Amino acid sequence: MIGLALKMLFGDTAKYLMLVAGLFFATFLIVQQASVFCGLMRWTTSTLKNVPAPIFVVEERVEQINETNPLRDTDVAMVRSVSAVRWAMPLYTGIQRARLADGSFKTIQLLGIDAASLAGAPQRMIAGNLKDLRLPNTVIIDELALQRLSLDPKDPTKRIKIGDHFEINDIEARVVGICEAMRSFTGGPYVWTTYQRALQYSPPQRKMLSAVIAAPAEGMTSDQAAAEIERVTGLRAYVNRDFGEDMNDFNTSTVWWYVKNTGIPISFGTTVVIGFIVGVAIACQTFYAFVLDNLKHLGALKAMGMSNFRLSMMLLIQALTVGLIGFGLGLLATSGFAMGALKNGQPPFYMPWQIPVAAFCVIQVICMLAALLGIIRLSLYEPAMVFRA
Amino acid sequence: MPDPIPSSRIVVDARSVEKSFGDGSSRLHVLKHVDFQAHTGEIMMLVGPSGCGKTTLLSAIAGTMRVDAGDITVFGHELGKMSGGALTRFRSKTIGFIFQQFNLIPTISVAENVGIPLLIQGVSSGKALKRSREILDLVGLGARWKERPNKLSGGEQQRIAIARALVHEPPLVICDEPTAALDAKNGEIVLDLFRQVARSADRAVIIVTHDNRIFSYADRISRMDDGEIVEVHEQDHTEPPHFEHEHAH
Repeated sequence: MIGLALKMLFGDTAKYLMLVAGLFFATFLIVQQASVFCGLMRWTTSTLKNVPAPIFVVEERVEQINETNPLRDTDVAMVRSVSAVRWAMPLYTGIQRARLADGSFKTIQLLGIDAASLAGAPQRMIAGNLKDLRLPNTVIIDELALQRLSLDPKDPTKRIKIGDHFEINDIEARVVGICEAMRSFTGGPYVWTTYQRALQYSPPQRKMLSAVIAAPAEGMTSDQAAAEIERVTGLRAYVNRDFGEDMNDFNTSTVWWYVKNTGIPISFGTTVVIGFIVGVAIACQTFYAFVLDNLKHLGALKAMGMSNFRLSMMLLIQALTVGLIGFGLGLLATSGFAMGALKNGQPPFYMPWQIPVAAFCVIQVICMLAALLGIIRLSLYEPAMVFRA
Repeated sequence: MPDPIPSSRIVVDARSVEKSFGDGSSRLHVLKHVDFQAHTGEIMMLVGPSGCGKTTLLSAIAGTMRVDAGDITVFGHELGKMSGGALTRFRSKTIGFIFQQFNLIPTISVAENVGIPLLIQGVSSGKALKRSREILDLVGLGARWKERPNKLSGGEQQRIAIARALVHEPPLVICDEPTAALDAKNGEIVLDLFRQVARSADRAVIIVTHDNRIFSYADRISRMDDGEIVEVHEQDHTEPPHFEHEHAH
């Protein structure tokens, strides 16, 4: 009966294509928007990815990584004094402006790390030497800077390279390395320098230490060390894992801060809901019309002795088949979008496995709803009706 | 010479059947204390004007509709005492259906349409297709088994419907206005087929019609009017039946 069900489905080309198109758009809207949202949220935690220290110690009221309530310089020593800490280093983070050779200004995300240990340095260098960061007035830039800090990114001769200069706060910044880094939420490239030099590059303030990065002592977990730091210093100590359910994780608290305090989720959520509504509306309406068109034939099958259960299974198979095809095509289109996004570096795109799985379930729920409408209509259809011409 | 009629027995026995539709003042009494019998080896025609209740009686005999009162026994099974599921299974094994509008599925081939009753019984699609082609040969459409039904003429589609009704060898064949959509030539071909089908010692054919061009093909005619059987007429087939080429309502 599966073959019969599918032939009836594919035979009505117009409705079949309409159903697939509706589910395709629903899948594309849901998966693409959810993935862009996740990508955007991932960008909000990019500093945590680019400075992969196990523990971030910040001022006690700080809720997310991009919020800076400066600490006193002595707080580094205070954290170091905690027995649960193996090492602790200062970290400067701030948004500054870089002045290029042609006089234009570009926003950058400045990171200042400890010069001796280089804790918080880039994970992977593409060009140059990390240790050159200890030389006077030097910086390491990320790949995005090749686009943003070049005089003409399309002209290889005018693209920024090792040895080139720009200025931050009227002080020379000489490029000694290019590294890989995750893009920042603000869109400016990451620029690494030493902590002391970062303080020079930034307008002076009474307190300028953004955070203390630390690692747990041997035999301690990051959570245990963070709890001990909080108990001893009174500062807030977050662990740096990845988004999950633990609000002591800086990634999680950062993402939730953006979810709760910005309109971003509402904007993306609205589109996802629209995707669902489009799917339900088109699939249910078209599938119901398909059932009505075939009611005469389905009624004849019923009269000839096909049970309601088997007829219902036929409708369910038809609905789930279009769901599968629509979902597959939608996911394929999203993959095409993702390839473009990843190639260009924007818009942000991150698709954890939960998104396609959830979207698949949503699409199949839509299809089952559509099938249910047909099943209800068919179950109300008396087989004797088939004798009425 | 007409075909000899084999010895017959009553296989459809409806007693005091009543059926109404609607409620209160709009209640319509469609079947009024109807008694009806059909025998094996014969073509029984149920005739009468539109709205007289013949299709309702046919639906009740086919087990597609429950009656309000009375008993219907088909091949020894009392339909009123069967559950919905049992009735569905009974229909699939016992009854072959031929509908006025053929009700062939347009998106599948002729042979696949014919094989549907076998698929309903759980026969594999390969075996169903093989059997369908054999029965299509019998109705003269063996060469067209691959085609879609809508590529065929009305008469050919009705022959496919007949093949579908016979493919699982049901003992009772029920036809609803089988010639209503056919011209005289195709009507004659179809009725000749019915006669071949009915000439079986263990099969009964019941035809509902108000097409009086085909009355001469019946072995017995039950005439209905206003929800009642008003006359049962047995036909003498000393003369071979023939298709009336003009309506004589």
